[in-house]
Amino acid sequence: MSDRSPAFYGVVLLGGLIFGFGLGLSQMARPEVVLDFLQFEDFGLLFVMGGGAVVTAVSFAVVPRLFDRAPLTGDTFTRRLKSFDRNVVIGGSVFGVGWGLSGICPGAAYASVGIGNYPILVAIGGMFIGAYAQGYWRSYRQRTDATVSPAD
Amino acid sequence: MTIEPLQITVETLFPNGIAHYAAGGLLIGLGVTVIYAATGIIAGASTFLESTWSYVSSVSRFNTPKYLTSRDWRVVFTVGIVAGAAAYALTLGAGGWTTDVQLWRLFVGGVLVGVGTRVGKGCTSGHGVCGVGSGSNTSFVNVATFLAFAIGTAQLVAALGVSP
Repeated sequence: MSDRSPAFYGVVLLGGLIFGFGLGLSQMARPEVVLDFLQFEDFGLLFVMGGGAVVTAVSFAVVPRLFDRAPLTGDTFTRRLKSFDRNVVIGGSVFGVGWGLSGICPGAAYASVGIGNYPILVAIGGMFIGAYAQGYWRSYRQRTDATVSPAD
Repeated sequence: MTIEPLQITVETLFPNGIAHYAAGGLLIGLGVTVIYAATGIIAGASTFLESTWSYVSSVSRFNTPKYLTSRDWRVVFTVGIVAGAAAYALTLGAGGWTTDVQLWRLFVGGVLVGVGTRVGKGCTSGHGVCGVGSGSNTSFVNVATFLAFAIGTAQLVAALGVSP
């Protein structure tokens, strides 16, 4: 695949396995459960996102104190701090409408495939089309408008 | 006198309990942690959509170094997510299931999710778990925005009588 070590891909696979198992267990892979949450019929999903965020918050605080650099890559540890601009709000709005309509988000959709929920492939196909459309549009805009700010 | 109304409230808010929700959330965070501790990478799920396009598309947006250098491990990560969920379905999940949500909702919603996560720099895992866990104001704003729009959309669709 590339020059990265088998251990690197092994760890990424292991992380994905745990992540996917968690998405299954949390029921987020089930669109009906997400829609129940959004309709205020079951607030359990607050514990999914909240529980996940608590664990990552602890990890992002503790891991950099344990190691100077990441063992498998030598990279430094950072936090996920994206710059703020209007795209964050525009994208969040569009994502929200899509999530509220379908009850499905990217990670949960992949997990749903593993659960045997084949109709979800329609949603994943839609996600790829949507991702392509915005990529095509951004590339087009960058070609035609030299003054546009660089993509994030 | 004070305990009973509280129980009713909790059962109304969480008709299916909270244990599996919390345990699932902790595992989602643990999966991120395993990758972070070993590699320094903060894994989100939605960048896979863009980076995977680079295998087949020459559109410049998909062929930036950021996507070209991460696309292989993102495929592996996604394979792991699918396999991990399959492991859940075959063990605690007691087999698979399929959704009853209508296909047009899945498709149109999927397209909007695909546009929105990429324009907005992340999804429920990237912003909602990793970004919030990082204390990122950008992620707090994104999460508040998508939650508000998702709640509004789901309530509107239900009010229009669309179910499931």
